[in-house]
Amino acid sequence: MKIISFLSHAFRAPGLAIAVLLVGLTTSCFDGLNLYPKYGLNSATVYAPCDTCRNKTDNYTMVLAKIYGGLSLSGNNGPAGQGDISGDEGFSQYLRVLWNLQELPTEEALCAWSGDASIRDLNEADWNSQSSFVNMMYARIFYQVPLCNEFIYHCSDEWLADKAFSAAEKTTIQGYKAEARFMRALSYYHAVDLFGKVPLIKEDERPGSGIPKQASRVELFNYIESELKDLENLLPAPRSNQYGRVDRAAAWSLLARLYLNAEVYTGTPRYTDCATYCQKVIDAGYSLEPQYANLFLADNHLATNEIIFAINFDGLRSQNYGGTTFLVKSSTPSAPTAAYRAKRGTDGGWAGNRATPQVWNWFPTDSSDSRKFMLDTIGMTTDLSLQTDWTEFSKGVLVSKFCNKTRSGGYGNDPQKNFMDIDFPIFRLADVYLMYTEAVVRGGAGSSANAIEYYNRVQQRAYGNNSNNTSTLPTLNQLCTERGRELLWEGLRRTDLIRFNRFIEGDYLWPFKGGPAAGQAINPKFKVYPLPLSDMIANPNLTQNDGY
Amino acid sequence: MKQTRLFCALILMLFLPWVSLGQGSGSISGRIVDKSNQPIVGANVTVKGSTAGAATDLNGNYSIGSLRPGNVTVDVSYLGYKTQSISLTVRSSGVTTANFTLTEDAQLLQEAVIVGYGTTQTRDLTGAVTAIPSKVFQQGNFSTPEQLVIGKTPGVRITNNSGLPGGGSVIRIRGGSSLNASNDPLIVIDGVPVDNGGIAGAANPLALLNPEDIETFTVLKDASAAAIYGSRAANGVILITTKKGAASDRVRVELTTNSSAKQITRTVNVLDTAQLKQLIREKGTLAQKNLLNQPSANNATDWQSEIYQLALINDINLTLSGGIKDLPYRLGFERYDEQGNLRTGKLERTGLNLNLSPKIGPYLKVDLNTKYFNLQNRFADGGAIGSAVVFDPSRPVKRDTSAYNGYFEWANNAQPLQLATKNPMGLLNQKEDRSSVNRFIGNVLLDFETPGLSDLHFFLNLGGDYSSSAGTVVIDSNAASVWTRRGVNNQYAMTKTNRLIDTYFNYKKELKSLLSSMDVTGGYSFQHWSTESPTYPDINQRGDTIQRPNPFDFFTENALMSFYGRLNYTFLDHYLLTATLRADGSSRFAPENRWGLFPSVALAWRMSDLGIFSQIPSISNMKLRIGWGITGQQDGIGDYSYLANYSQSTPSAYYQFGNNFLPMLRPQGFDANLKWEETSSTNIGLDYGFFKNRINGSIDYYKKKTYDLLAVIPTIAGTNFSDLILTNVGDLENEGVEWNINAVAIDNKEMNLEFGFNTTWNRTTITKLTRVPDSTNQGILVGGISGGVGNTIQIHSVGYTPYTFYMYRQIYGSDGRPLEGKYWAPNGKDTISNPTAKDLQKDKNPIPTVYLGFFSNLRYKKWNAGFSMRAELGRYMYNNVNSNNGALAGTGGSLGFINNITTDYLNTGFRLNQLKSDYYLERADFLRMDNLFVGYDFGKPFGNDLAFRLSASIQNVFVLTNYSGIDPEIFGGIDNNIYPRARVYSVNLNFKF
Repeated sequence: MKIISFLSHAFRAPGLAIAVLLVGLTTSCFDGLNLYPKYGLNSATVYAPCDTCRNKTDNYTMVLAKIYGGLSLSGNNGPAGQGDISGDEGFSQYLRVLWNLQELPTEEALCAWSGDASIRDLNEADWNSQSSFVNMMYARIFYQVPLCNEFIYHCSDEWLADKAFSAAEKTTIQGYKAEARFMRALSYYHAVDLFGKVPLIKEDERPGSGIPKQASRVELFNYIESELKDLENLLPAPRSNQYGRVDRAAAWSLLARLYLNAEVYTGTPRYTDCATYCQKVIDAGYSLEPQYANLFLADNHLATNEIIFAINFDGLRSQNYGGTTFLVKSSTPSAPTAAYRAKRGTDGGWAGNRATPQVWNWFPTDSSDSRKFMLDTIGMTTDLSLQTDWTEFSKGVLVSKFCNKTRSGGYGNDPQKNFMDIDFPIFRLADVYLMYTEAVVRGGAGSSANAIEYYNRVQQRAYGNNSNNTSTLPTLNQLCTERGRELLWEGLRRTDLIRFNRFIEGDYLWPFKGGPAAGQAINPKFKVYPLPLSDMIANPNLTQNDGY
Repeated sequence: MKQTRLFCALILMLFLPWVSLGQGSGSISGRIVDKSNQPIVGANVTVKGSTAGAATDLNGNYSIGSLRPGNVTVDVSYLGYKTQSISLTVRSSGVTTANFTLTEDAQLLQEAVIVGYGTTQTRDLTGAVTAIPSKVFQQGNFSTPEQLVIGKTPGVRITNNSGLPGGGSVIRIRGGSSLNASNDPLIVIDGVPVDNGGIAGAANPLALLNPEDIETFTVLKDASAAAIYGSRAANGVILITTKKGAASDRVRVELTTNSSAKQITRTVNVLDTAQLKQLIREKGTLAQKNLLNQPSANNATDWQSEIYQLALINDINLTLSGGIKDLPYRLGFERYDEQGNLRTGKLERTGLNLNLSPKIGPYLKVDLNTKYFNLQNRFADGGAIGSAVVFDPSRPVKRDTSAYNGYFEWANNAQPLQLATKNPMGLLNQKEDRSSVNRFIGNVLLDFETPGLSDLHFFLNLGGDYSSSAGTVVIDSNAASVWTRRGVNNQYAMTKTNRLIDTYFNYKKELKSLLSSMDVTGGYSFQHWSTESPTYPDINQRGDTIQRPNPFDFFTENALMSFYGRLNYTFLDHYLLTATLRADGSSRFAPENRWGLFPSVALAWRMSDLGIFSQIPSISNMKLRIGWGITGQQDGIGDYSYLANYSQSTPSAYYQFGNNFLPMLRPQGFDANLKWEETSSTNIGLDYGFFKNRINGSIDYYKKKTYDLLAVIPTIAGTNFSDLILTNVGDLENEGVEWNINAVAIDNKEMNLEFGFNTTWNRTTITKLTRVPDSTNQGILVGGISGGVGNTIQIHSVGYTPYTFYMYRQIYGSDGRPLEGKYWAPNGKDTISNPTAKDLQKDKNPIPTVYLGFFSNLRYKKWNAGFSMRAELGRYMYNNVNSNNGALAGTGGSLGFINNITTDYLNTGFRLNQLKSDYYLERADFLRMDNLFVGYDFGKPFGNDLAFRLSASIQNVFVLTNYSGIDPEIFGGIDNNIYPRARVYSVNLNFKF
């Protein structure tokens, strides 16, 4: 039968050929050439009722899963194989690159992998428009943006008008649309923070339709703000959505973070707005997780009392070489002791990331601050005078914060302990408390009493008692260090240091800041990353950030 | 598939009773010699009006029996000689003697040359076409057929990938005209264009073809010759024809056995135990020094000599050929066994090849070619090559322990270290990676002559290429490499089909009144390819599922529909014109971009036929050719790249919503406007022959320009679902000169000495890479290397050759040693601080500017001998073995194990790897003697019909080069632990009767 169908395909044309040549070549006659993917869907069939699925909206749900998964999975095959963007998939995973850009140029982390492209650029804050991590972050952000745009476009009333969805199904899709708009705003937030001015592309600009225009940092700021303020009415109420999906509290948290840094981004302080939105989150019913360590364990999905929004990982079902797998493996020695293996929940590591001794010195010498559990010095050295070579993993402090263990002492789902179950908190209550305090300290309209109270709640959890409580507002320097202790390795440090005027300045140094072992001031241009040269070439509408 | 098998069986049954049905008792015999009384071997003797015939043996003798008595005409033909016929009377009994002395065809140009959709004569060729007949093939034992013609023709560069059994080659005709589309030529076997893509389980698509079955390779190099293949011809076309049966009623049996031993001659120079220990004591970390004290650290293991072995190859070919009535046949059987030099690897091929060329009735000729192969592979773990370079020589292969099946492994608290190098012997012996591939290639060509109009022929060619492969990968659960997952027990499979239907006509007409003749061909073809792979779970040796299978099997298909025509026009017998036109439609492009037109035109002037040239007796041939044409390329791009497709993620890439894990649906990056690239090329050539063509050759100049180059470039951020996209952008130019000369230096009764020499100069330059020219665009980074992640050392850049090296310029100290981390900036000053992307400099490339081939054959009485050599000049190689393994950091630091490093460290003293230093860029010109052979022809030593020949050969005799790595010939210019090419010693026995 195959042969017959082949022959009929083959010969459909020549019989027609003469006629075709006479009437002019109309290609529709050449059916044999109309071949389409056997198992595939395309943009017309995905965004339509799925009659073979359990719910007619299931295709929409699976694209929404991709939009969230874009921050977690590096591609469509776990752990690697069908990458969303080019290059090494694990290296370019969204959270991993974001973490590298936010942590490696700070005192919180140094990476020992001297052979890997651009690691040095980040360790020494000496990158350029061709540094691979800069390229990968930009590529990830601008993978998410058109992905969200395409989805949002197909959630419009016009698109849905002639689709056989019920009213309830259309409501579901409208809910998805709001979440996709949040995820787009989140990526644009990363863009405004890291790159400053980038192309602004919305859902009405179809793929391949034109050359995007660049928006200034202020325009981007305003766009993100307006999106989030719109979404605070469209997203589900706080703590009412499924785990792993965003609600209003996530929008408020992102607005608070945006306003806290508004002075850096736009020159105009918005501390009052920051405090206002922090307060909305705080009033939404969250509470601090009593055990700090529980926030970073394999079963940290249980800590929804504190975690507002997290990027999800799973050792079996969401495998990749970025995310918390990277955070655990890269910070574990190649040949750890049995005790250390048991602590981290993995058998061996990649011996890359560790903290500078600065971080060790943030904590009291005794163990009164319980958060000190996350630092280890076995086989390491905390001696500043020995920090002569960042390529040697053993020079620095082990950060054992993220552990692939459960609260009850078990391990994550992957029996091989290669891939981690730990979800990565993007927003959590302790950060919101500290943001509130800082907004008030910086002059935002809010309650000083509340600011002190929120700060003390964080202290109380850390110390297990009120011994480190304060009765006055902390200083900015104190806040900077406290954010370092509380939010260590949570991908926020570069933003914080810039806001506290400690990132480029010569009066706050750490090993290898700006290159030398002793540290030195950094050229101010490094407060934002350059736009990748590749996009500068591809998009003639772009202008480069100053100094690059 | 079942139908196919049945069909094969039927054909075989038809053929088995190969008894002669001839009647009569008369016979003719005689000897056929040339004018110097040398026997002509293999000349065809036929009796007109009957099916009887024979071919001459090694002494020029023939004999035809079972003839009806009476008057007959006997024809004798042999390529390069004028056909002779004489009439004689066959007696009713006894033998009639008929001896012939053939005279050479003065032009030596009557030789038929295969071109697309037909044949032509050398004298009528207008394009750059080189036919390589089997008599000039390389001698020796080859697993893949393209190695037969290495170095035999200018403009064609063949680089075999490695010493891996059946490892395949990269073939480039005139430099290659693409960047990201394929640069491989189109390969057409007996009229069927075959898929050049890989087959799971076979290292090389050509590895399934028996070199012994091949009659000729014909290379279509310029557009005027290749444009008849349209959208696939931009990189040239290789036409392979297989051997056919002879028109003889006698069964001819030929048995050839070839036995070889192959040996690795060079390995990477690494530190020995004493040197490594001394280094660690002086410069190692504390952790490393502690490791030196372990009791296992007291060995001297040469890991590279452990993993390699002396390997044997055995090849047996049995061929039966002849004709039954009107049915010439050839049946070939082959069994080929090759061991790998890397232990545990082997390849076994069994092949059957049947050709039938019956004439059915007066008007229909049929040509049936079928080939069936089975390939059994065991792939050795190639990772052992790299680990043998760096594994600590002070450690033993095995220890007295049960852990890891006794192999010494780097471990910590009874767990193997994940980052540590694994024991090379453990990798080899604990992995069983086997595959079995079945392939059937067949076609039937019907040639129908129009009754009453014998110059008009209609052809129908039905062809198919079907392959199915299946493989299993098993790794022992105790092996350190898979210790945490408890082994591997996986399988894979793939089925590929390629079906062709081709119909065309040919009409030849002498137009005497116009003093001209014409030859017209026109046709239609449709070809369809599909690839299917079932999905399997990833499981360990116990059977636990590590990863669930994908929800869908893999399936992809594409089709090509074509109309084509060719006109050959000859005026006054010495002005020649060829014009071709092909229209191709491909399913890989959107309907509005689907069809393309590929025209070509060529003119030739056979100058030697007239004017002053004909007055010079020493000039026997002189032909000027000028051709122009457009060819295309569409291989190497996806089947559905123009469509906005969505694909679903695999079960290990689901995303969690609440308590559920959901598959993700992702749009794929696409370019709706994708089309094929087009290469416009011009060729000017001169064919020459002197002294009755005893000296002959040709010289060609070509210039090719590729437009709409398919290149992978960054998308404008935010406008597509990928950061890189394959799109039509940019131009590329190839320019070159080819020259070849063949000379018969001595040709007499005792001795014949021939030389062949060819040389090619080629330059490839990228002329455009962006839609809008942009001087700030450095280009596209390519050339990923080992060492770190994300490092590249090459670039595609406008004004440069593709794959130009893009590295830092090393600064050397007064003692001549490279200074670690010190580089020259482009302005000629020391970069002082760490070099950045701005300090990368474009210089040199891995593509030779000149390549040469030289071969010679000598026959002296019953002895014959020959050699062939090849050189490539003006090429560079990046020594990734040294750059990745030649620095102190390579020893492992505080990772808990010790790695060895190469002795190049003694030259540099580098502490950290300097991956992008041009210190590691070396000139890699070479001269290689591919082949040296000597043979002795015993004739018929046993007094009966059995002829016997013995020869011996050495392949890869020597390489002269200044390159410091183990082999200068690595395609792509990055030397990173290749499977070393061996020296092969072969003995070949040939029996015929």
